Amino acid sequence: MMHWLLMGGYWPYLWPSYVLTLLVVVLNVIFARRSLRAARAEVRRRLQMQRSHS
Amino acid sequence: MTWIWFHKLGSPPHFYRLAGRMTPWFAWPALLLCLGGLYGGLVTAPADYQQGEGFRIIYVHAPAAWLSVMVYSAMAVYAAVGLIWRINVAHALAASCAGIGASFTVVALVTGSLWGKPMWGTYWEWDPRLTSELVLLFLYLGYMGLRGAIDDTARADRASAVLAIVGAVNVPIIHYSVTWWNSLHQAPSVMKFGKPTMPASMLVPLLMMLLGFTLYFVAIMLVRARGEVLRRERGAHWVAEATVES
Repeated sequence: MMHWLLMGGYWPYLWPSYVLTLLVVVLNVIFARRSLRAARAEVRRRLQMQRSHS
Repeated sequence: MTWIWFHKLGSPPHFYRLAGRMTPWFAWPALLLCLGGLYGGLVTAPADYQQGEGFRIIYVHAPAAWLSVMVYSAMAVYAAVGLIWRINVAHALAASCAGIGASFTVVALVTGSLWGKPMWGTYWEWDPRLTSELVLLFLYLGYMGLRGAIDDTARADRASAVLAIVGAVNVPIIHYSVTWWNSLHQAPSVMKFGKPTMPASMLVPLLMMLLGFTLYFVAIMLVRARGEVLRRERGAHWVAEATVES
């Protein structure tokens, strides 16, 4: 396991590359979902305001 | 040939519902392909005879670099469709691409830099491939900056679409930079005509990662585009029904 983690001495270059990629992949999912939720919430707010005015 | 499907896709309520149904069909295969590709790339693929274990950075660098260019191409096509046929959904799709493409361009640049240090002895070199990829990042940032600077959505759509289309000239420059000029960067080994120069044990996990990242991008783009369409159509009747349904 340790041998695999060391990646022939290339671990300082290899693992940060994988961590950064994973971070960007996860952040893109979070931001996309958050953006859709925010848009839905905005529409619901508008609808509630319209109902309260009418 | 009938163009009904094309016009139907341009209808915001149809697109919103279809995108919602399609997203899991891209997301789950993307996850499975990436997990398989990671296992193949990090565990089963043999070490490279020249680069040793360091070559395994390719399994994140190449998919990120592929996405950076492919997402820009998609963004330029959506922008052109939006501009020519005045399809709002196409502009929403183009706007959804920018953030994703920019983030993966950063990943491609940073992972390339981390790969370059042990192989070339430097983190950065003003090499044609690296420089044109950096120009791509500036194009993405310019596109997002331009959209953010204009309050009127229709004007922002038109201005940013022109920038996206003009910037597409950089896409072939990135691809052919390693053959047109002397470059430290290796020549294409997968995306070239004829036989790839990699053995199957290395190539299959890479192809899985490339396909997985592509499907992942489509899934993320659809989620973002749904939010963008809702924002643009917030006054429409169908939006009320759609948000009550979800």
